[in-house]
Amino acid sequence: MSETLILTKRWGKKDSHTLANSRADGAYQALEKALSMTPAAIIDEVKASNLRGRGGAGFSTGLKWTFLPKDVRPRYLAVNADESEPGTFKDRYIIENDPHQLIEGIAITCYANDIHAAYVYIRGEYKRQAEVLEAAIEEARAAGILGPRLLGKSDFALDIFVHRGAGAYICGEESALLESLEGKKGYPRLKPPFPAVVGLYGKPTIVNNVETLANVPWIVANGGAAYAALGGGKTGGTRLFGVSGHVVRPGVYEVPAHYNMKKLIMEDCGGIVGGRKVKAVIPGGSSSPVLRGDEIDISLEIDAMKAAGTMSGSGGLIVMDDSTCMVRALFRIAKFYAEESCGQCTPCREGTSWMEGILHKIEHGHGQPGDVEKLAQVANNIGGQTICALGDAASMPVQSFVKKFREEFEQHVRERRCPYPHPWGATRSTREAVIGPVRV
Amino acid sequence: MADPLVRPSGLAVEGLPAEGVARFDRELAPILKRYPEDRRSSAMIPALRIGQEVFGYLSPAVMALAADRLGVSPARAEEVATFYVMLHPEPHGRHLVEICTNVSCSLAGGEEIFDRLKAKFGLENGGTTPDGRITLREVECLGCCGTAPAMLVDDDQHERLTPEKVEQIVGALK
Repeated sequence: MSETLILTKRWGKKDSHTLANSRADGAYQALEKALSMTPAAIIDEVKASNLRGRGGAGFSTGLKWTFLPKDVRPRYLAVNADESEPGTFKDRYIIENDPHQLIEGIAITCYANDIHAAYVYIRGEYKRQAEVLEAAIEEARAAGILGPRLLGKSDFALDIFVHRGAGAYICGEESALLESLEGKKGYPRLKPPFPAVVGLYGKPTIVNNVETLANVPWIVANGGAAYAALGGGKTGGTRLFGVSGHVVRPGVYEVPAHYNMKKLIMEDCGGIVGGRKVKAVIPGGSSSPVLRGDEIDISLEIDAMKAAGTMSGSGGLIVMDDSTCMVRALFRIAKFYAEESCGQCTPCREGTSWMEGILHKIEHGHGQPGDVEKLAQVANNIGGQTICALGDAASMPVQSFVKKFREEFEQHVRERRCPYPHPWGATRSTREAVIGPVRV
Repeated sequence: MADPLVRPSGLAVEGLPAEGVARFDRELAPILKRYPEDRRSSAMIPALRIGQEVFGYLSPAVMALAADRLGVSPARAEEVATFYVMLHPEPHGRHLVEICTNVSCSLAGGEEIFDRLKAKFGLENGGTTPDGRITLREVECLGCCGTAPAMLVDDDQHERLTPEKVEQIVGALK
């Protein structure tokens, strides 16, 4: 197994966020190389790398870039730094520790796609991260890397702007992000047309996640084939997995894209606090179908996760021990989607509140026979019936929790109470969070 | 797109102090440069954020000011002000204390911290202390799951919370 670190290689080094230190460590050398290549050659390398979108959908990045219509200008790049899916906390550390890697990735992407303006849409809650990124962009501009002449050499102008959101999960959905960036409420657009054709201000727009773009410099420097070889299956490279919940060492881990989930949780993260057992893992952000503790000995690779009946999504794993109440956990997730539904589509606007209400009843001892069935039914009537993926995101956890832990839900109804003395888990003490380049 | 029927007047808005309006315009000016000239309304969220920083909250007059400067109707400002949870169309306390109770935080004690604060101040979710010092809110995932539990105090992240640490941070608010 390769020991290569791509995304976290500068993390933890002194003042790794400054231009001077990251440049001394090799930043912007890949941009220099890119400027000596043709845009088409860069896109070919990215296609060959099997780089897939790290925001959650896992779509081929190189392929996405080829969807831009040939003759429409201007084109835009919208960088998705909204990172609002519960359990996801990786992009912020890229920005905090190595913003120039992101800026370099943005610059190469813009050069390869003839884009002269990029907007980083960062969630409102990341105020400090937005400040770090703005300072880094300013440093790059002052050094002549950005601005009228890319890297001070090329006859190619590029400006990068930070646009801070104001608290709305839905704005991580790419078309809602664009609406929000245009100064409106975040209502997702009906697709097609996709943003690559009709995006920001009606112009062709690439929307890529922070982690996705931060990989681009390495791919240009080392070649697409080398990147593909680091991963497995049809997913190239390493990935950042954020592990939270009842593990001994929660944090962000950079491992090959096809790493084993059980190994990540039980070895890298030190297993479960107090030596308890894993009861459930939400493997890719709160919307991904839950896995039982006996189902986690699988590859984290995107297609392997799909084959296992779930999704790798945003790479945020939430681990729950055997003292955790599944009804309580699902109730909180349902509450989140009810709160964050934008209200545009009826099945989602009404259905998410119904699911929250039914789960509240069950968890608080007021469940009635048939409620669990009704809950599953509501979920089935949201998924696939809405403009954007939030409807699916809200129904997948409900469907999977009920399927995998049905007896626990029925027990709540039967006993008319929550049987767990500590619904969020009995052991929560003495955890040391590790954030950094942790590898085995 | 800017509404062609609505042009920025550049004038003071009725009901707002002139020095506040001047500060608003001063802070908004550099932000407008980020967007194409005919797309000034892209700056709606930043404009409203400046508005609530300058004037305390987004009263109808502040929303009208933002709309005027961006060349759109006040309804567009209100649409945005009421959609995003970090924009405040209603007055709130001097400090906003916002606790995440989503799954990763609650697995680490977030819900308990929220319950303790509610009990300490005798508030429900969204309530403000009688002295106007603190507004307490439950919020959704803050992206601090690995360093849970977490909260925002006036937009600043605080992570790896314990009940004692929360007492200390909240107690120090003036």
